[in-house]
Amino acid sequence: MIRLEHVSKVYKTSTRPALDDVSVEMEKGEFVFLIGPSGSGKSTFLRLLLREEVPTRGRVYVSNFDVAKMSRRRVPRLRQSIGCVFQDFRLLPTKTVAENVAFALEVIGKPRNTIVKVVPEVLQLVGLDGKEDRFPTELSGGEQQRVAIARAFVNRPLVLIADEPTGNLDPDTSQDIMLLLERINRTGTTVIMATHDHGIVDSMRRRVVELSFGKVVRDDARGVYGVGR
Amino acid sequence: MRTSFVFSEVVTGLRRNVTMTIAMILTTAISLALLGGGLLVVRMVDKMQANYAGKLEVSVLLTNDVSANDKDCTQQPCAGLRSALEQTSGVETVVFQNRDEGFERFKRIFEAQPELLKLARPEAIPATFRVKLEDPDRTDVIKQAFEGKPGVKGVDDQSKFLERFFEGLNGLRDVVLILALIQAFAALLLISNTIQVSAFTRRVEVGIMRLVGATRWYTQLPFLIEAVVAGIIGAVCAVGLLVLGKAFFIDRITRNLTESGIIPPVGYLDILIVSPWLFLTAIVIAATTGYVTLRLYVRL
Repeated sequence: MIRLEHVSKVYKTSTRPALDDVSVEMEKGEFVFLIGPSGSGKSTFLRLLLREEVPTRGRVYVSNFDVAKMSRRRVPRLRQSIGCVFQDFRLLPTKTVAENVAFALEVIGKPRNTIVKVVPEVLQLVGLDGKEDRFPTELSGGEQQRVAIARAFVNRPLVLIADEPTGNLDPDTSQDIMLLLERINRTGTTVIMATHDHGIVDSMRRRVVELSFGKVVRDDARGVYGVGR
Repeated sequence: MRTSFVFSEVVTGLRRNVTMTIAMILTTAISLALLGGGLLVVRMVDKMQANYAGKLEVSVLLTNDVSANDKDCTQQPCAGLRSALEQTSGVETVVFQNRDEGFERFKRIFEAQPELLKLARPEAIPATFRVKLEDPDRTDVIKQAFEGKPGVKGVDDQSKFLERFFEGLNGLRDVVLILALIQAFAALLLISNTIQVSAFTRRVEVGIMRLVGATRWYTQLPFLIEAVVAGIIGAVCAVGLLVLGKAFFIDRITRNLTESGIIPPVGYLDILIVSPWLFLTAIVIAATTGYVTLRLYVRL
């Protein structure tokens, strides 16, 4: 599903590689935590999957895409098969909840009748039915993140990338968000989540890939945050 | 491609930068109006050239002596001059007009000014060969060959006067077109700037669009259409300016010249014929500038 082969990434502005000979494989339907301190290479890892960056060396595969080698014209296809959630939600303040979710489909040219059918379904899945017409500013942080998750999932991606999705949320709300991500994972979607949250990683007992100075220093099938440090 | 989506984005974009949009439209409008003015001058010159080309003649004026004594051009030097003219290459027709015929023609031309006619005497009008050339630009040949010959008083070349007149008009056209060019450059910079501002204010949207896999076209099209719509509105304003300019300015200052048939009037039809070029220019410039700006300055 996702495979990195001896991937290194060196930014022009830095002497130390952000990723240093990383080889990792993730299966379809897996739930993987990507942990490590700031600057360990988590974000670069995720950006490589999205082809926001191109590796300096090595190869990156997502589903059938040879990400590092593919032409620019095919990049949108890749991104359509990956959903993204961020710490800062990135919702459009001028659009309602339903419009924010619909936006993701509109801009990839989905027909209107599909959109009106799919958007309420996904809003129900994330537990936001009844709040379709609210604006993001009228929602709590947890609710806003649900909108973001709905938007990331509405096109039924193969992979959901979550970059510290609970970073701005209190522990209880974080738990709710994790339950939601788990539910999405159970539909067969691979979930890759970068996080600093010990509690969540320890309680979920999922695969943990730990990065340190750009190298994979740990890969446990059912890991916790603190082991080996 | 969902057109309704793209257009709602365009409207939002234009509304959000309303001051920039207005500046962009006005600059484009003035630039295009100047261009249109230049094109109208070109059309006018063309029309005049076509108008006069068929009628331009070289007049070989004969001396008083010949004019008085040789009514039918049967004696020398008149008959010799006629055959020499007829044999000159490039000459289409040669018409002899004696003093009386010349006077009749004079009376016809100035029939509106009887006081002038009262003063005129046939003796003042020389007999004339009216020479029509195959190529109206080659009047010098006649002038060189016949000026100063016995019996010739002078060679009068109508095209010399017109040439100066056309030179004046062409100069006017050049000035107008240069102004249009400078203004177009300003418009170009404004379009580029507006798109950059527009892309900056919408960077969150654009970021999301990229992330969810919108194609380059989908991300760029709203910005491009925004520029093109502003360009088209600018062109509409430019045509409006030309119509107003014609009605309140050009018609007034050229009334005397057009009524006497010296220069052709600028008609609304002329503006109508020029305006598609203005629209085309607006669209091409806006779209190209937009595209280049997006490629160079904006990461989409």
